[in-house]
Amino acid sequence: MKNRLLEFVVAVSAVALLSVTTTAGAGTLEDVKKRGVLRCVVSTGVAGFAYPDKSGVWKGFDIDFCRATAAAVLGDSKKIKAVTSTGKTRFTKLNANEGDVLWRNTTITFSRDVGVKLRFHGVNYYDGQGFMVNKKLGVKSAKELNGASICIQTGTTTELNLADYFHANGMKYEAVPIETNDEARQNYVGGRCDVYTTDASGLAATRSTFSDPNNHIILPEIISKEPLGPATRHGDDQWSDIVTWVYYATVTAEEKGVTQANVDKMKSSKDPEILRLLGVEGAQGKELGLSKDWAYNIIKQIGNYGEIFERNIGVKTPIGLSRGLNDLWTRGGLQYAPPFR
Amino acid sequence: MSDTAKTYKIGQHPDLPPPRTEVGVLGWFKHKLFSTPLNIALTLLAAWFLWSVIPPLFEWIVLDSVWTAESRKECWGKMEVPEGGACWAFIKDRLELFIYGFYPAPQRWRVNLSFVLLIMAIVPVLYDKMLARKFGLWYSVAFPFIAGWLLVGGFGLTPVETDQFGGIMLTLIIGVTGISFSLPIGVLLALGRRSKMPVLRIVCVMFIEFIRGVPLIALLFIASTMLNYFLPPGTVFDLLLRVLIMVTLFSSAYIAEVVRGGLQAIPNGQFEAADSLGLTYVKAHLLIILPQALKISIPGIVNTFIGLFKDTTLVLIIGMLDPLGIGRASLADAVWAGLAREVYLFIALFFFICCFSMSRYSLYLERKLHTGH
Amino acid sequence: MAVISENGANTRNLITRLWSNRETRSVIIQIVTLTVIFATLAFIFRNVVINLDARGKEFNFDFLFHPAAYDITFSPFIEYSSRSTHLRAAVVGILNTLLVAACGIVLATLLGFIMGILRLSSNWIVNRTVYCFLEFTRNVPVLLHILFVHGLIVIQLPVPKKAVNLADSFFLTNRGFFIPKPVWESGSGLVAVVLLISIAFVVLFKRWAKKAQDSTGRVYPVLGISTGVIVGATALAFLAADMPLSWNIPELRGFNFSGGIAIKPEFIALWLALSYYTSSFIAEIVRGGILAISHGQTEAAHALGLRPNRTLQLIIIPQALRVIVPPLASQYLNLTKNSSLAIAIGYMDVVATVGGITLMQTGKEMETMIIVLLTYLVFSLIISGFMNLYNKKMALVER
Repeated sequence: MKNRLLEFVVAVSAVALLSVTTTAGAGTLEDVKKRGVLRCVVSTGVAGFAYPDKSGVWKGFDIDFCRATAAAVLGDSKKIKAVTSTGKTRFTKLNANEGDVLWRNTTITFSRDVGVKLRFHGVNYYDGQGFMVNKKLGVKSAKELNGASICIQTGTTTELNLADYFHANGMKYEAVPIETNDEARQNYVGGRCDVYTTDASGLAATRSTFSDPNNHIILPEIISKEPLGPATRHGDDQWSDIVTWVYYATVTAEEKGVTQANVDKMKSSKDPEILRLLGVEGAQGKELGLSKDWAYNIIKQIGNYGEIFERNIGVKTPIGLSRGLNDLWTRGGLQYAPPFR
Repeated sequence: MSDTAKTYKIGQHPDLPPPRTEVGVLGWFKHKLFSTPLNIALTLLAAWFLWSVIPPLFEWIVLDSVWTAESRKECWGKMEVPEGGACWAFIKDRLELFIYGFYPAPQRWRVNLSFVLLIMAIVPVLYDKMLARKFGLWYSVAFPFIAGWLLVGGFGLTPVETDQFGGIMLTLIIGVTGISFSLPIGVLLALGRRSKMPVLRIVCVMFIEFIRGVPLIALLFIASTMLNYFLPPGTVFDLLLRVLIMVTLFSSAYIAEVVRGGLQAIPNGQFEAADSLGLTYVKAHLLIILPQALKISIPGIVNTFIGLFKDTTLVLIIGMLDPLGIGRASLADAVWAGLAREVYLFIALFFFICCFSMSRYSLYLERKLHTGH
Repeated sequence: MAVISENGANTRNLITRLWSNRETRSVIIQIVTLTVIFATLAFIFRNVVINLDARGKEFNFDFLFHPAAYDITFSPFIEYSSRSTHLRAAVVGILNTLLVAACGIVLATLLGFIMGILRLSSNWIVNRTVYCFLEFTRNVPVLLHILFVHGLIVIQLPVPKKAVNLADSFFLTNRGFFIPKPVWESGSGLVAVVLLISIAFVVLFKRWAKKAQDSTGRVYPVLGISTGVIVGATALAFLAADMPLSWNIPELRGFNFSGGIAIKPEFIALWLALSYYTSSFIAEIVRGGILAISHGQTEAAHALGLRPNRTLQLIIIPQALRVIVPPLASQYLNLTKNSSLAIAIGYMDVVATVGGITLMQTGKEMETMIIVLLTYLVFSLIISGFMNLYNKKMALVER
């Protein structure tokens, strides 16, 4: 009788703690395949990079890379789940296994790589911190900003770069730290700040939301390197390889002229590297632990690097960013993928 | 008119109507608005305040607003001055997101059903004259579990992960769960705090004072990032569940204080009477003390719930998308970005409607209980 | 089973016996409670040690002495630069929290009392306006209020170049309210000493006047004499010391005003929003407190021949305060805790500095959160301490 009761209590508490699960020791790849869904840690909303559309479907540059990963691993780019996180909680979410991979425009730094114990895989967007000012101020260079009020988005590397830059140049400034982009925008438009500083991509995105975008200029100085890239947990090399090569596959595809539209035709290309990329020859997919056509799925469903870029943040979008540093190395940019062989 | 001409016996004169300046519209104005110099000044001040606030606000919200547009540009293009009116088209476009969050569209009937069930669960709590109220109350107690099953799924329904929850639905989930589970815990804490056993009392006091002394955002932050350190390695604990536990604990500390006030108001004679009837501690409290104490504390409890409901906005700080979070995420869509005011106003209105009706109810109860004595 | 059954029955009997005794039962319950709590704590502690170890993290506060490397512009009490340590940043944050909480409490009380009394006014339009304002304020999350006031200040107030200029020394802009800063020169020590002496005199005089009133019934104009003495003596000393005061007046240089004291818009917005939000609760408390005093008290006071303002001062307010103060204390506590939302508009309080940027830079969740929690706990203990003191004082008066 007592035992029955005990059993009952145990059963009830087990049901109550239904969602408490212990992670299996297996690798992330097996976990993802078993689950059938890829969980990407993303931001709660950065224009062009990650935002929900009208029906709650996540879109953006980072999201497309998340989808590309899902296409490679699961064969279906729709099988993703966006785990939203703020700047403060993103690493803990990844470390606590609440997500499989972090695609959340995160700057790669020494302390994050080594101190926070993450593994970074290449740079899918080269950014840098810039300044935006109103043309009326007549400022042409960041060196003329002595004494200005500057809006910064906190919780990032931005405030450190800013402090270092002004300290190094012997200038003073008033820091106005802001948590969200909307608040920062309001501060800047209202004239609370003379300058708005954040990653150059963010500046362009914010400027596009003004009623008078042409009255604002982004100063030529880029005061920091902000290499943004995906991250995974320490200690799962197979999974790390997959994330790394998903990114490289998109770059290689662009370099080789493989696009969403012509990928089927390219399967009969004469270039052996394209054939290896698309899984017609060689066994790259198997070595990664994926299907043969993993990269084909990426290109077919999501597109190559250039297409992802142009679709989400390129010149024709409201964000209106030019490729710049993010152009292929063959066109003077920094996007350079190791060969597929 | 002719009355004046008549003569009356002393003491027989009928009452004259009061002077015109004392009754009717004029009298009302005189007494309610312009009785003393101070009052005149206050009236003018209030009138000026209203005049300078309401017309422009009305113009922005209603007259110059745009209800149909596909983007911010189109919205502003339709106005005489860009940003001169509210662009409600944005809210309209995102309304489903605001209500359901990321809940899968084919399953949304479950959310709607839960809304309906919620209303049905509230009725027996609010109206004590309802037929078969006892069954209704049992249903109200069971509601959180029914709704939990409906929303999360399993046992025959397609499971929906809790991180798909968002928007108003999330607010209601956190609010309702916090409300229904914090009440029993709060009552226990209040009893513990009044217990004669020193250990129990000290533990309860420390718990209550700790929770009441720290801000909710700190607790939520602990729930989201530090709980992983407190649990055995490898444990994954649903974030929503963690938040619900924290919110419940948080409001139970406040409920405990309200109930303690109610308990203190019960005269000692009631305890003694229960003792003299030979009732045990549990029976005495269940049958005699708590029904009275809870009745007195109801307004305070409702106020605590209002506070809890408003505090649910803070979950956005740990990356959960409540209406405010949804609003901010939607503002990252370059097509609409820049319409923060509309979002904030919409959310303010939502909270105002919910909380105002709750506070009116608490006021009604207060009056009812007052006359009951 | 069979062998131990007799023993088992005895044990069960013993347990039942012990359980039915009220005192031993309470001891058992307490021992069990303590065991459970300590076991839980030990379990948590063990897990923390294991988890920290697994992630290669250490629990220590060394990071507090490393340079913070970020800037905090609003630090009215101590010097701070990006080269200062995290510890100093934490102190700045704590002081900022303290400042906004203290200012907020004062203004919220003031507004709350005014609105509470206005709610009792017979003036229809005032009564209704205040009512609508209170209801709207109370029923909307405080975070929205903070964002709203901040937006209002940033958008509605002019930029520095078009500042609202009062007598060329006070400037109101959306970058803050700039006021002249007093600079004390030699000789100001004398003025301070005289001020202190006159305050001491006033305190003594007040005591004497109260005693005199108690024994003779004569009422002295304490307020008038006190103000006269303090203002008069200080002014005389000020003149005698050859006016040892000059003003550092703010002026527009480049992008911003420099000199003077700058009251930042983030501070003003947070302060105003927290104040009026909290005051909407205080107003209800005040209204309830005054209504709780029965009308008979007023009539009795009138019958004794007290004038209306003396009635309010001597009869109504002291009694109403006894009802008002305890809930007031919890509103003060709420205000202090709500100030933790400062980060939303960029006011650098303790959550924004230690619990925000420092946490981000160092990855020390545990340590920084302990600092934040302790800060708020200490504040709340201080407030409850004061309230308990007050309640004790009130309890003595009660008969």
